[in-house]
Amino acid sequence: MGRTIAEKIFDSHRIDNPIPEIHVLRLDAVFCHEITTPIAINDLVARGKDRVFDPDKIKAVIDHVSPAKDSNTAEQGKTLRSWARRHGIRDFFDIGRNGVCHALFPEKGFVRPGFTIIMGDSHTCTHGAFGAFAAGVGTTDLEVGILKGVCAFRTPETIRVNISGTLPEGVYAKDVILAIIGKIGVNGATNRVIEFTGPVIDAMTMESRMTLCNMSIEAGATSGICLPDMTTVDYLWSFIGRDYSSREKALEDFKKFHSDPDAVYSGVIEFDGSAMEPMVTFGYKPDQVKSVREMEGTDIDQVYIGSCTNGRLEDLEIAAQVLEGRKINGNVRGILSPATQDIYLRALEKGIIKIFMDSGFCVSNPTCGACLGMSNGVLAEGEVCASTTNRNFNGRMGKGGMVHLMSPATAAASAISGKITNSPIFRVRG
Amino acid sequence: MKNFSGNILFLDRSDINTDEIIPARYLNELTKEALKPFLLEDLKLNGFNPARDIKGKSAIITRNNFGCGSSREHAPWALEMNGINLAIAIDFARIYRQNMYNCGMLAVELPMETIDSLFAKYAGKSAVIETDLKKSAFTIRSEGDTDIIPFEISGYDRALIEAGGWVEYADSKY
Repeated sequence: MGRTIAEKIFDSHRIDNPIPEIHVLRLDAVFCHEITTPIAINDLVARGKDRVFDPDKIKAVIDHVSPAKDSNTAEQGKTLRSWARRHGIRDFFDIGRNGVCHALFPEKGFVRPGFTIIMGDSHTCTHGAFGAFAAGVGTTDLEVGILKGVCAFRTPETIRVNISGTLPEGVYAKDVILAIIGKIGVNGATNRVIEFTGPVIDAMTMESRMTLCNMSIEAGATSGICLPDMTTVDYLWSFIGRDYSSREKALEDFKKFHSDPDAVYSGVIEFDGSAMEPMVTFGYKPDQVKSVREMEGTDIDQVYIGSCTNGRLEDLEIAAQVLEGRKINGNVRGILSPATQDIYLRALEKGIIKIFMDSGFCVSNPTCGACLGMSNGVLAEGEVCASTTNRNFNGRMGKGGMVHLMSPATAAASAISGKITNSPIFRVRG
Repeated sequence: MKNFSGNILFLDRSDINTDEIIPARYLNELTKEALKPFLLEDLKLNGFNPARDIKGKSAIITRNNFGCGSSREHAPWALEMNGINLAIAIDFARIYRQNMYNCGMLAVELPMETIDSLFAKYAGKSAVIETDLKKSAFTIRSEGDTDIIPFEISGYDRALIEAGGWVEYADSKY
C-alpha cells in the first residue's frame, strides 16, 4: 500500500508504539522560545535532570517579547539565555540577531525535507512547507523533547488539499489558506495532517508555502505539508550545497519523501485557485471568512503587518507595492514588524522600509509582540485592527479589541483608506 | 493521581480557544500559581462571569473542539491551579488534549447525544461528578437526578495519568 509523506517520515523516525495508534518519534530538531521553554527548563532543574539530548539539535530564540517589556519578560529571556549558555547551544538567537521563530529558523537553514521538528508553539506547522513533519506541542512535550529527543504522535491521517489553476493577480497564499479554513472549519483537520498539492502550490515561493502551512493549525491540523521540489532545493541550496553534487541530486534525494500515487488519504478537497479572491475574517474564529468585497468599508483603527504568517520579505515587498507614493489614512496607526533582523536589513537595502516610513507607518523591530497582544501594538477596548497575523480570537491583540485577518496587500490598501479595502493589485476578472 | 471529582462548570459553546482560557497577556507569568486569577477571563459566553462561576468547580463539561488555538500549556495549568483536573467534551484540539494528559489531567470525549442530554439535565444547576477511573465511569448527580456515564480512554492515556504525566513516563522508558 502506498504511503503519504507524513507516513514515510513517521516510518523513518519511529522508535516505539506504546499502542498501535501512538508513534514515538525520534526528533531531528527541537525549537525553543522564551515563553514556553523557561517553565520546562525550571521543571528539569527541579527534577535534577537539567540536561539536553543534543545541543546541536536544539535551536533557541528570544522572539515573543523582544526587547523585554517588563521584569517578568526580562526574567524569561534570562532563563533561556543562561540555559543555552550552560548547555552549549550554539544556535541561540538573542536580540540583534533574532526574529520571529518560524521566519528565523527556516532562514538559517534549520529545516530540511523529511525532518521531524517540535516546538512549544502552535505555528510550528509552518515548517511543513519544506516537506518536514513539524508540529506545535505544549511545554511538557517540549521538556521531554529537550531531555530525550523524542515525541509521541497519533497515526498521521492526512487530508489532501489540491488547488488547481493559477491565482489571479493580487490573490496570495494568505487568501488561499483563509478560503480553506473558511471551508473546512476550525476543527476541520484536527488530529490530521494537511498535504497541500496542485499547480497553485507548485508555483508558490517558499515564503508563500510557509504562510499557507503556518495557518494549518487554525483548521486544527497537526502539520501542514508541501512536497519538496526544486523551489525547496533552491531555497536551501546555500545550506545543502556541500552535501549534494548538484541540485538535481538533492531533489532526487528529497523525492523519496513524496507521497506515493496510491497513498491513502482520509479526504481530498479540491479548490479552484483561478476563482479565488482576497479574503478577510470577521468575528472571533479564523473560519469566519468572507471576501474582502463583502467586508469593504469596515472602519479600522490600526494596521499591523508582520508575524510568522506574513512578516517575510515577500510580504513587505507586496505591501510596499501598494503603499509606494501614498499616505496612510490620518485615523489609522500603521505598524510594520519585519519578522527577522535579516528581513529588516534586506528591506532597508531595497528601499522598502523607506516606502513604509514615507507612507506614515511606524517600523518596529522583529518580535511576535502585537500578534498575541503582548507588546508593540496592543489594541484598546473596542479598537479594530486590520492584521496580517493568524488569529482573530476574542482579546487576541488586546482585551476588547477586534482583529480582521488579511493579506499584506489588503492590509496596506486598508491602511490607506482607513477601511477594509481590496488592494489595487487585485482586479475582479471580467 | 490528581482528583477528578467535584462540582461541574458547564460551558455551553464550541471552539473555546486557549486564548480565552488564559489570555496571552499573562504568558509573561513565571509560575503556574500566578495564572490562577485569570482563568477564562476572555471567554465569550453570554451570562458567564468568571469571578462568580469558577469558584469551587472541579470539572468542565463543554461542546466541540475545546482548547483550540495556541499550544500554551498555561491553559491546563490555569485550570489545574483552580482545582479543575477534568474536562469533558465532544472532542478536543490535539495539542490541548495532549497537554492535559501530559500533566496527568483527564480529557474525556463523550458522544454528542450524551453531552446534549447532560446540558439539558444539569446545566444551570449545582451538579456534581464522581469519576471512577477503574470502572471507566462518571456518576453525575443533582437534585435527585443521577446518571452513570461510561467512558473510554486508551491504555496509553491511562498509563500517562497513572505515571503522573509524560515526563515520568518517557524518562522511565526512553
